[in-house]
Amino acid sequence: MVQLYFFYFFSGITVLSAIFVIFANNPVHSVLWLITCFFGVAGFFILLGAEFLALILMIVYVGALAVLFLFVVMMLNISFANLRTGIVQYLPFGLFIGMLILAELLLALVPWEFKDAAFSNSGSPLNLSDSNSVALGKVIYTDYFFIFQAAGIILLIAMIGSIVLTLRKRPNVKRQNVIEQIYRSPNNSIEVIDIKPGEGI
Amino acid sequence: MVPLEYYLAVAAVLLVVGVFGIFLNRKNVIIVLMSLELILAAVNINFVAFSVFLNDMVGQIFTMFVLTVAAAEASIGLAILVCFYRLRSSILVDEANTMKG
Repeated sequence: MVQLYFFYFFSGITVLSAIFVIFANNPVHSVLWLITCFFGVAGFFILLGAEFLALILMIVYVGALAVLFLFVVMMLNISFANLRTGIVQYLPFGLFIGMLILAELLLALVPWEFKDAAFSNSGSPLNLSDSNSVALGKVIYTDYFFIFQAAGIILLIAMIGSIVLTLRKRPNVKRQNVIEQIYRSPNNSIEVIDIKPGEGI
Repeated sequence: MVPLEYYLAVAAVLLVVGVFGIFLNRKNVIIVLMSLELILAAVNINFVAFSVFLNDMVGQIFTMFVLTVAAAEASIGLAILVCFYRLRSSILVDEANTMKG
């Protein structure tokens, strides 16, 4: 019963803050509501018994993604007022599509009962004697190892891509040239002049 | 344990809020990206709920990959946004016609 109360608590947080995300006037507030929303989702994961994913969600979304969003929102000097024009124009169509999708999804909201075949069909059954992260690791580093590597490559490509996209080379800016510094030798950087006493250069 | 339908209901509402946000803030790319994150979060709830109720670990593993792709997608999207802002000094998507597409 306590679980149900917690479920209602988390679902209230999640849905309300999701609504605030899309209706907030200030994008900084949107990002902060997004963080709250992901806290709610992490609560669901904890309730379901997927603790590792809940904490990963915290780290990835709150620690990295939300900070990234905040940086971009604060870095760009945008007047957000005129970005909200035309909402009334898009509202009916958006409501129509949203209600359509919701109606389709609500068809799934019957009490679910799985056949026994569904359980015997599972690719890697949940082993309840292991903790969640141990169970996840046992599957992810064996059966799904190549997909795991592919995920790493995706992240690498995303990192390189965003660096390449945002790197800006300005002309007339003095920069450190490491190779030039390394290959500098006394021969071409110091000149020894023999000065006779009493004379200037 | 909380029944599966409850999780499905919350995920459905979250997904619809995300889709609605894309339509509502069509001009503001930052909020569109956040709405995409909301949609992916809804999908993640579904994956984990079915994973637990079907006694199958694969759903949780897939959730991890969804998280990876979401992080990659958001970072690339924001990088493109920064580029576009340097080009046009605004983030109005209506003006995005550089490629004449």
